[in-house]
Amino acid sequence: MENRILMQGNHAVGEGGLQGGCQAYFGYPITPQNELTQYMAKRMVEERKVFIQAESELAAINMVFGASLVGARAMTTSSSPGISLKQEGISYMVGCELPGVIVNIQRGGPGLGNIAGAQGDYFQATRGGGHGDYYLIVLAPDSVQEMYDLTREAFDLADKYRNPVIVLADGILGQMLEPVKIVKKNPMSNFSAKKDWILDGCKGRKPRMVRSLLMGEGVLEEHNLKLGKKYERMRKSEVRVETDNLEDAEVALVGYGISARICKEAMEIARQKGIKVGLVRPITLWPFPEKVIAENVDRLKAFLVIEMSLGQMVEDVRLATNGKCPVYFYGRTGGGIPEVDVIVERIEKILK
Amino acid sequence: MGKIIINIEQCKGCKLCVIFCPKQLIKLSEKLNPAGYHPAEFIDNGQCNSCGLCYQMCPDVAIEVWKGEKR
Amino acid sequence: MKKIFSRPESLTAKRNIYCSGCGHGIVHRLIAEVIDELGIREKTIGVAPVGCAVFAYDYWNFDVTEAAHGRPPAVATGIKRVLPDRVVFTYQGDGDLAAIGTAETVHAANRGENITIIFVNNGVYGMTGGQMAPTTLIAQKTTTTPLGRDPKIAGYPIKISEALGQLEGSVYIERVTVNSPKNTIKAKRAIKKAFQNQIQNKGFSLVEVLSMCPIAWGVNPVEALKWIEQKMIPVFPLGVIKDKDLTAKGNL
Ligand SMILES: Cc1ncc(C[n+]2csc(CCOP(=O)(O)OP(=O)(O)O)c2C)c(N)n1
Ligand code: SF4
Ligand code: SF4
Ligand code: SF4
Ligand SMILES: [Mg+2]
Repeated sequence: MENRILMQGNHAVGEGGLQGGCQAYFGYPITPQNELTQYMAKRMVEERKVFIQAESELAAINMVFGASLVGARAMTTSSSPGISLKQEGISYMVGCELPGVIVNIQRGGPGLGNIAGAQGDYFQATRGGGHGDYYLIVLAPDSVQEMYDLTREAFDLADKYRNPVIVLADGILGQMLEPVKIVKKNPMSNFSAKKDWILDGCKGRKPRMVRSLLMGEGVLEEHNLKLGKKYERMRKSEVRVETDNLEDAEVALVGYGISARICKEAMEIARQKGIKVGLVRPITLWPFPEKVIAENVDRLKAFLVIEMSLGQMVEDVRLATNGKCPVYFYGRTGGGIPEVDVIVERIEKILK
Repeated sequence: MGKIIINIEQCKGCKLCVIFCPKQLIKLSEKLNPAGYHPAEFIDNGQCNSCGLCYQMCPDVAIEVWKGEKR
Repeated sequence: MKKIFSRPESLTAKRNIYCSGCGHGIVHRLIAEVIDELGIREKTIGVAPVGCAVFAYDYWNFDVTEAAHGRPPAVATGIKRVLPDRVVFTYQGDGDLAAIGTAETVHAANRGENITIIFVNNGVYGMTGGQMAPTTLIAQKTTTTPLGRDPKIAGYPIKISEALGQLEGSVYIERVTVNSPKNTIKAKRAIKKAFQNQIQNKGFSLVEVLSMCPIAWGVNPVEALKWIEQKMIPVFPLGVIKDKDLTAKGNL
């Protein structure tokens, strides 16, 4: 195996960030992503970059805001309760058109919940999350390799659109050990050279300001419409999805992240039993891969959505089918893990 | 020998310059400015010593202070 | 004739939207003059608060960013750590700095961030309509303490500058006011020192400015000057609270 090293998911996020050009990292300890902040404490200093253990997630995201507005590629990572605190800063970053990468290693909620992996923050991530009218690209890795790759690429996407990007993983992926192929330096990562909007002192140019307060009549609407066009461009260009076995499938499983791995296992077992099962794995949760779902509504008998929540992504699948194909749901919540056998049973029941 | 120039448009008639001028050379005008304030008015009687106390207190930075060159 | 006092280059020509007699305008000018005098206009990045001074970026003629309510010290930290050779300062009200942003303030000071904070204490929430601030005086009437601040219900005026002085990370903290020409000139000296400290890499410096808010105090601009003298200064005494330069010399 060339160039592959065994890595924990949390470390892969950190290393992916570094290879994506992260110049400043701000974190606050929370399980199950502590190894990530600890990894960055060591690696960022080795690379002579900025690392701060902030006093809170609120402070951390606002440090990202500050680092980003002077042109640095900046990142913060946390788990669900901490991500709630970051929503204020994320909303301001979108309003001010500041790039940045936010990683959520989801745990069980609501409240303090537990420290098991979970997928309860889908709504929060894909519907903006903070106050106001906005969207962010949400990337959902399902392996340690993807934790690495998607975090690295998140920096390019953030700079490309001047909008924060969320990597939405979970505690199981965070703790998982898998071999990772380390790709040095992104071919895309050259956006920083073109940042002509940053504040770095007004030498030789007019002073600039960064702000989201737009009080004049109609000014905010105009700004939001401009942002809206950006979201449209993301919708057109950035959808990523993995599909498998859809050609002859009768039922398609839909799952993201860790749930998708369970879906893949269930698909294998069902196929061995001669049941024609396919898979849709959204890699971008926003923009959601609605096209691939819509294209298959006539061919399929049903979709079965698997999540580690009471059912969140299932709503996007229903919207994409537009009532033209039945959508079933099986999920576990509070850190419970969907069982392969149960998934296969459900498929059999649907096809009966 | 000095003088001050008051930017009538920016003045908000707070009187802080008026009360601190050691020579009582500033009063509020009878007229209103576009924002609806009675702006400050300089009484140019040759007494202004360019001390700048009016400038120091003006929250609207509406005062310029000039000083005569020594001949 | 020669112009000897006029709008500094670091202030734009824009008319400010503050109420008549508001202290913010004076403090903005002092900062602008200091920046001009130190020749740092082209390498300064200001962080404006949420509060009446939210539009400060329209008035200062250098790079200025907004920050969420209370978060300027965290934003300034992010800026300064990435660009340590720029001059970074925050401008914050008492609600911004000493209520919602207390944690950010304390920890920026405790880390000894090499930034400058100009803290405008007017004893109220000006922007939202004169509500109680953490610095509101005992018995002071505000729109949320209509009978006067009762410490049994609402606690005491917070002396955050003294508290920050206790932290190892802070280098220079002084309380000043702008209620007379003499005090204004002193305030400028303190602000200048707070910027010079940063340029000399000394670390965290904060200047608290007792500032007039005639509107929320229900007085006219001239009476507001006396209000500071008679009501605020006895609770918030003026002077140097901490100066590591002086302690090093054994003078404080
Ligand atoms: C998160 C949040 N909470 C509340 C507000 C509303 N708000 C705006 S300014 C302000 C208080 C400002 O008071 P201060 O910091 O003392 O500044 P001043 O206006 O007195 O100069 C508040 C509560 C807000 N903008 N954001
Ligand atoms: S400069 Fe001095 S003397 Fe002249 S008007 Fe102003 S305060 Fe009065
Ligand atoms: S201090 Fe300034 S704003 Fe106030 S009255 Fe004098 S000129 Fe006008
Ligand atoms: S409310 Fe107070 S602080 Fe705000 S502009 Fe008016 S006088 Fe100034
Ligand atoms: Mg205030």
